[in-house]
Amino acid sequence: MAAADLRTHDYDVVVIGAGGAGLRAAIEASAQKAKVALVCKSLLGKAHTVMAEGGAAAALGNVMGEDNWRVHFRDTMRGGKMHNNWRMAQIHAQEAPDRVTELEAWGALFDRTPDGRINQRPFGGHTYSRLAHVGDRTGLEMIRVLQDRAVHAGLDVHMECTIVRLFVVGGRVAGALGYFRETGRFVLFRAGAVVLATGGIGKAWQITSNSWEYTGDGHALAYAAGAELIDMEFVQFHPTGMVWPPGVRGILVTEGVRGEGGVLKNAKGERFMFRYMPEMFKGDFAETEAEADAWVKGDRKKNRRPPELLTRDVVAKAIVREIAEGRGTEHGGVLLDIASKQSPDYIKQKLPSMYHQFKELAHVDITKDAMEIGPTTHYVMGGVKVDAETQESTVSGLFAVGEVGGGMHGANRLGGNSLSDLLVFGRRAGLHAAAKRGAPPSIPDADVEATMREALQPFERDGENPFAVQSALQAVMQRHASIIRDKSGLETALTELEKLKGRARNVGITGSREYNPGWHTAIDLRSLLVVSEATARAALERTESRGAHTRSDYPDSDERQAREQIVIKKEGERMVVRREAQPPLPADLIKLIKEGA
Amino acid sequence: MVEQRRFRVFRGTRQQGELKEYQVAAGEGMVVLDAVHAIQAEQAPDLAVRWNCKAGKCGSCSAEINGKPRLMCMTRISDYQAGETITVTPMKAFPVIKDLVTDVSWNYEVNKRIPAFQPRAPDAPDGTWRMYQYEVERPQEFRKCIECFLCQDVCHVLRAHGKHAEFMGPAFLVRAAVYEMHPLDEADRRSYLREAGGIGYCNITKCCTEVCPESITITDNAIIPLKERVVDANYDPIAALWRKLTG
Repeated sequence: MAAADLRTHDYDVVVIGAGGAGLRAAIEASAQKAKVALVCKSLLGKAHTVMAEGGAAAALGNVMGEDNWRVHFRDTMRGGKMHNNWRMAQIHAQEAPDRVTELEAWGALFDRTPDGRINQRPFGGHTYSRLAHVGDRTGLEMIRVLQDRAVHAGLDVHMECTIVRLFVVGGRVAGALGYFRETGRFVLFRAGAVVLATGGIGKAWQITSNSWEYTGDGHALAYAAGAELIDMEFVQFHPTGMVWPPGVRGILVTEGVRGEGGVLKNAKGERFMFRYMPEMFKGDFAETEAEADAWVKGDRKKNRRPPELLTRDVVAKAIVREIAEGRGTEHGGVLLDIASKQSPDYIKQKLPSMYHQFKELAHVDITKDAMEIGPTTHYVMGGVKVDAETQESTVSGLFAVGEVGGGMHGANRLGGNSLSDLLVFGRRAGLHAAAKRGAPPSIPDADVEATMREALQPFERDGENPFAVQSALQAVMQRHASIIRDKSGLETALTELEKLKGRARNVGITGSREYNPGWHTAIDLRSLLVVSEATARAALERTESRGAHTRSDYPDSDERQAREQIVIKKEGERMVVRREAQPPLPADLIKLIKEGA
Repeated sequence: MVEQRRFRVFRGTRQQGELKEYQVAAGEGMVVLDAVHAIQAEQAPDLAVRWNCKAGKCGSCSAEINGKPRLMCMTRISDYQAGETITVTPMKAFPVIKDLVTDVSWNYEVNKRIPAFQPRAPDAPDGTWRMYQYEVERPQEFRKCIECFLCQDVCHVLRAHGKHAEFMGPAFLVRAAVYEMHPLDEADRRSYLREAGGIGYCNITKCCTEVCPESITITDNAIIPLKERVVDANYDPIAALWRKLTG
């Protein structure tokens, strides 16, 4: 069967995933003269980065000269509820300005300040205006710039190729096996360095801003290869997704709407965020509507930011509470209103794709009416445990970067810190992966054969429809492992997931191997089950509420757990959970966070 | 508010295929891509379709709906008369791989051949440049391109005459325009556009502009100015130099 349709390639570095992180890593590895393969699950340029709207956070200080890496670092740590890998947060804040400026050298066309520099917009949790942006399509700009840079870098792009297994031989990465969607044929990449840049896990929930690709493949591949996962309980639910009509539920509404002055109101018309100020941020935000409005109008020296710009975890929970207490809209959301705060021309210039999206999909004109919004699954802070300097995992030669990497964002990611994360650590992963090049250990043929045979099994069964199993899994996670969690719900989730594992083993496929989404879904299910279980187990283990992880049975934060990490690892066929203390912050950085920069 | 709608979807490969009929329960606000997904999830798990963002931002779900090139995710079912059958077929200008999925690899080859961005020396000692909003707005319009290739699909030079080997198509004239009109760029793409790019094939019928889901004014803002530059370059090199210097 298999050997005949297996193609084999040899590379120095194989990058799996072609969003911002993968592209940046591949560009860097190529610049180091490594022979690089860039493997994309979709077509090149379609990865999730394309949907990033608001901007890339970097303390350039172009709009507010007071900004510097220290303030950015402090904001990131406070936004992450002090749970972040401090060294990653520091490297990120220090290197982001250079990485953004570098994009300009590669052709990026950011919006400008009046004196001709890169403009920066305010965003949730950032003390100063910090996000380099292009209207509300920053991700599209970024991916296009990186894409054009990559195709001229002399690397090989393998499109619509899904990786199903990593090979580790004698403790070292040796390669990866995948299949091409078009033909259904297998491909073996042999390489001594593999960079995972596969993004997140959002497809495990019903209401999500994530696409079909986001099934946690990188997390599951790394887990199966023996790497450790951390922070899987921290899943970001973005406060503003579309809620109506049903077909568009979950589609992202950029935080840029609030950055540009949009306000949140409940169905009674009350601007409720003033009532949800956490202790940690008291004094940093406006206390009256008049003060917030003056800040939006541009008077930023004398006034403080509107409370709508609190961190995403805080805003999402406030919205859930308003709805739970009966002040939601008829479709179960709240209102986001920019029409009463900015002129139609300004809205169309700064938020063109939001204008277009609501007009086309909901028949709402956001320059006249409020948007109906509610939380949507958006991003996973948790991921593969990596070294802060190199992005190498606990498996030699295996790197993880971007959303699939863990630690940088702690318990909650600030908006805008993802695009800069991709650039900063993408470059580092590419650099260190290239340095790791060398002849990989050889992969036993029997392992390759067995992997292919297993992947093809669904064709031999007259089993259940994989789409039905996927949608059952999404229902379990939405119901029991969503924004507000508790012990019994999480235990139910684990029981249900166990049953779903059995169903997933028995799915059947009709049709051929050529471009067969049923088969693709059957394979993706294996990843979804791993990341869902990891999320539920980690969430059960963390007996406190912190950032994006909220337990109704443990509603308070427990400072003893702040720097404790929940680590997940495969031992035999069992998923083992343990706690590990993170290294303490150096005294100067503690002082910086406590006293301000 | 759910109503039964009738769809006809192309099922098949490059060699052979047919339109198959499906009934779909269409709820409020559903788009054509939702219907295709419903068919896939419940009736035909092997129905091949590309999609990613489902919000008109990635350009993956291009197809022809009742013969018109469109994004399936941005086409509401309610835009079609009750009782009207909605027919979904793959883009015609590219070879079918399976069902609604076409082989668009040619587009990536074309893009690779466009001479790369080449910035002038930085304006400031810290290695940065100064550009003004009014200067970046022009190429920013072209940067809205989501690479859906609907303009390539509708262009008669490609669709009807199959001139893929001679003509880069509107999508990549737009891409070239990003760099040609970029305030920092110093590369010269005019001979490329005239020769390998085949810009002369475009006879300005503006079909591409009409189908662009991002409302890029492809013909007027990208192609015609590029044509002028190419003509000028051949006619008067001094004027061309002047034009390049002054943008």
